Amino acid sequence: MSLSLSRRVLWSASLALAAGLSLSACTGAAPTAAPSAPAATTSAAPGDGNNAAGEKVVIGFSAPAADHGWMGAITKAAIAEAAKFPDVELKVAEGTNDVNLQISQVETFINDKVDAIVILPYDGAALTPVALKAMQAGIPVINVDREFDSPFAARSTILGDNYGMGISAGTYVCEKLGDKKDAVVAEIAGIDNLPLTKDRSEGFAKALADCGLKVSNRVAADFTVQGGEQAASNLLQAAPKIDAIWNHDDDQGVGVMQAIKNSGRSEFIMVGGAGSANVMRDIQADSSVVKATVVYPSTQAADGIRLARLLVQGKSLSDLVEVEVPRKITLFAPVVTKDNVDRYLPTAFES
Amino acid sequence: MSAQAPAVPATSRRRLPPSVTRNLGLVIAFLVICLIGYLTAGARFASIDNTMTILRLAAIIGVVSIGQCFVITSGGIDLSVGSMLGLATVWATTGATQYYADSTTWLLMVFVALAVGVVGGILNGVMVAYGKIVPFMATLALLVAAKGLAEWIANRQTQIIKVRGFEQFFSNDPLGIPVLVWIFALVAAGGWVLYNRTTFGRRTIAIGGNVEATRLAGIKTDRHIVMLYALSGLTVGIAAVMMMGRTMAGTSTHGSLYEMDAIAAVVVGGTLLRGGRGTIFGTVIGVLIFTTLTNIFTQNNLPLSVQQIAKGAIIIAAVLLQQYIASRKTA
Repeated sequence: MSLSLSRRVLWSASLALAAGLSLSACTGAAPTAAPSAPAATTSAAPGDGNNAAGEKVVIGFSAPAADHGWMGAITKAAIAEAAKFPDVELKVAEGTNDVNLQISQVETFINDKVDAIVILPYDGAALTPVALKAMQAGIPVINVDREFDSPFAARSTILGDNYGMGISAGTYVCEKLGDKKDAVVAEIAGIDNLPLTKDRSEGFAKALADCGLKVSNRVAADFTVQGGEQAASNLLQAAPKIDAIWNHDDDQGVGVMQAIKNSGRSEFIMVGGAGSANVMRDIQADSSVVKATVVYPSTQAADGIRLARLLVQGKSLSDLVEVEVPRKITLFAPVVTKDNVDRYLPTAFES
Repeated sequence: MSAQAPAVPATSRRRLPPSVTRNLGLVIAFLVICLIGYLTAGARFASIDNTMTILRLAAIIGVVSIGQCFVITSGGIDLSVGSMLGLATVWATTGATQYYADSTTWLLMVFVALAVGVVGGILNGVMVAYGKIVPFMATLALLVAAKGLAEWIANRQTQIIKVRGFEQFFSNDPLGIPVLVWIFALVAAGGWVLYNRTTFGRRTIAIGGNVEATRLAGIKTDRHIVMLYALSGLTVGIAAVMMMGRTMAGTSTHGSLYEMDAIAAVVVGGTLLRGGRGTIFGTVIGVLIFTTLTNIFTQNNLPLSVQQIAKGAIIIAAVLLQQYIASRKTA
């Protein structure tokens, strides 16, 4: 019991810490403003360090089709990030859900001898052979969000934390209703069978178990507005009284909210997922059942652009001691509430 | 860029004079697109590497389109090709298939993919020929069912190919040309011969022109229709193997919406959607027009959305041209 309690305390502590970290990362976004701590002793150049214009870097970028608010934001954020750096030239092979075409886009980047490739593959496994080819051609590949199945296919990998989303959401629900032992917790998942959905649900169940709660009702939607509406309507029919709902995805959340509105119910709190701007505005206004959301950063490809630039210019992450850019970065899934929403709203995506 | 055009024009010119002008127009359109590519992207576009990139992109959809060309010529349509391709890649990469392939030969995976394609095609053909179901509906049913079956088998996951022999075969490029492009060339050449030089091809055209008259002429049209859809299924199986070679993975999302790409390429190539007339050479050029266009857009950093608008415009232009030619013929 005390073990699980201490784990929760630890988790909250790391949550607060990461919130602080990501804040400084946000404010330091523009290359002109570089509030780097003077005491930091790193192997990188002093002063403006990493943000100072260096040699010209040509980056090829490819992502799936923007058929979903989060995915649309991925490409927009990457383009916006590249535009901040005068030394970055971004080639965008825009959105496709056809792996055959995405492979061909990467081949074009290889032919063009770009300096680095940032890719969010439609299917990590299917894009692995061509990523290997790029790496063999001496072009560093930054893998975003959906992992390749070979460690040789990418120099660096940036991933969101699906399991952590579940943990964060579960921890928040525990904080809110930890004392109510018979509380009814419901879950509206995304596409079931996807590994990411399994990870999210497992994390959620794990965190709930720590305070003696469990998921009483679980339904799955499909990341679409329509799917969210249907799943939530069914859920509300099935459970006459609910204390908390976690909805995995804010894009489908538009439909979920509609279903809740139609039912006229408000006896529960709802936690969102992924962190869209409209959900954050709802949290800010405190006018609906949505009291929090957990972030799955839509800026991870933008991070990829930055990492690619550093890699090519031979720089490292200035806030780490290491000489090289890390091999793998797992982003944190912070809980956004009314108290800290101002920090996260600027980087949230519009669904 | 014109290197991949099989030795078609000279022979088809002698046989089918009206199709010459149509194919010629198509070739000119294609060359204009290449010229645009060269003018906007320069030597990068014309390089051997880029040519191979275009051909690799064209290869899979090209093979599917060859099969589709036969079906459309007969007055039918095969909407199931995309999800059948996905199903074939899934079935050929299951743990069990890979296990047996590993202990015998990687060709087993090829055989499974081809078998899935052909069986699916026969199913389509039987529904159309003997069940008297409209091709659009029969193949639509298989589109939906095959997608579901593929998701069910793979549990919506991507199956990674670990069979060494398979990997090695597809990493070859004999004479500097990737295996995928060789397969495309062979299928295109085989398709051309079958279409233009055999009774099978002539019967296909006859059925598309007038199925009743063909039946009365003593040809077993039902059996022929089944064979046509089986042929389309075979090309789907071949394309599935190529997709597996390109991605080293099998998943139900492979080939999604390829039916639309294939139909577009066939129609733009000059095959009549109502049947009775078609061209394999035109189909190949049709595929190349679309893939080259895609490549030019990527080269010039232009959004795919704009390209889809351009694609739509090309399809409309091609259909209008077809109608114009048809009306001039009847007038």
